[in-house]
Amino acid sequence: MRIELNGSPVETGSSTLADLITERGFPEAAVATALDGVFVPRNARSGTALTAGARVEVLTPMQGG
Amino acid sequence: MFYGIELPSRLMLGTAQYPSPQVLRDAIAASGAAVITVSLRREGREGGAFREILTDSGCRLLPNTAGCHSAREAVTTADMAREVMGTSWIKLEVIGHADTLQPDPFALVEAARILCAEGFDVFPYTTEDLILGEKLVEAGCRVLMPWGAPIGSGQGLSNRAGLARMRAHFPDIPLVIDAGIGAPSQAAEAMEMGFDAVLLNTAVASARDPVAMARAFGQAVEAGRTAQAAGLMPRRDMARASTPVFGMAELLA
Repeated sequence: MRIELNGSPVETGSSTLADLITERGFPEAAVATALDGVFVPRNARSGTALTAGARVEVLTPMQGG
Repeated sequence: MFYGIELPSRLMLGTAQYPSPQVLRDAIAASGAAVITVSLRREGREGGAFREILTDSGCRLLPNTAGCHSAREAVTTADMAREVMGTSWIKLEVIGHADTLQPDPFALVEAARILCAEGFDVFPYTTEDLILGEKLVEAGCRVLMPWGAPIGSGQGLSNRAGLARMRAHFPDIPLVIDAGIGAPSQAAEAMEMGFDAVLLNTAVASARDPVAMARAFGQAVEAGRTAQAAGLMPRRDMARASTPVFGMAELLA
């Protein structure tokens, strides 16, 4: 199915947020996730289902002032 | 003390806009800063290398909510930052206008109230407005971060009198001058006025030699703090000779 990952459309076979993190090779402990603009804690990722059109954000510490 | 933490340096340094990762590393070290600020952004190719710099720096992280324009967005960002960075410290920015980057005081208080209730240690980026400061303290903030001047402007303490009133009004709340500092002399001035720390980024990152500038800011903050503790002389309108007249010879004028 087609979802939006960090602002870009991607095709994924993952049915949960946790699977998507693994599928895309993200370092799971070094990223924070949100689904449709709402924070999903790390321990809730495997219980969070993805549906077509889902907007997923995978964030990490970056440069900031 | 910042939420119970005693910091060895009163300089807090931003990590953005440096010409290279190595310059960032060296600038952090040269500044002597104990706290560095970071943002939360989409994970990309450079994420791993940047995280390594953070770990190697040995500094305490102060994640920000830069770019957020609503309380809800800022709270979500703070929740995500806390999980991924393992700290309850959050530099709360809720921007009211994209051009001025002035804080939205109403959304700021709203977000601060939510985050303090969630157990965050909130460092709100605010103005020198005393009532806003009181509302933030009522919300649970135990540090306030008034701006010196607009973010990235390098103007220094543009409302010095207002900031002095703020210092006097909140004698027991740690106050950090955040934003607008362009030169080490301005950082020293803030410390001489009794502010507890200075947070800056652009002045170091955009210097021709960021590492040397980072060192200069570290020295200025240290000098200003030492001077404040030593007790500055009062200003006078008129001159007063420092050399005694007693014992002066009678010579032809």
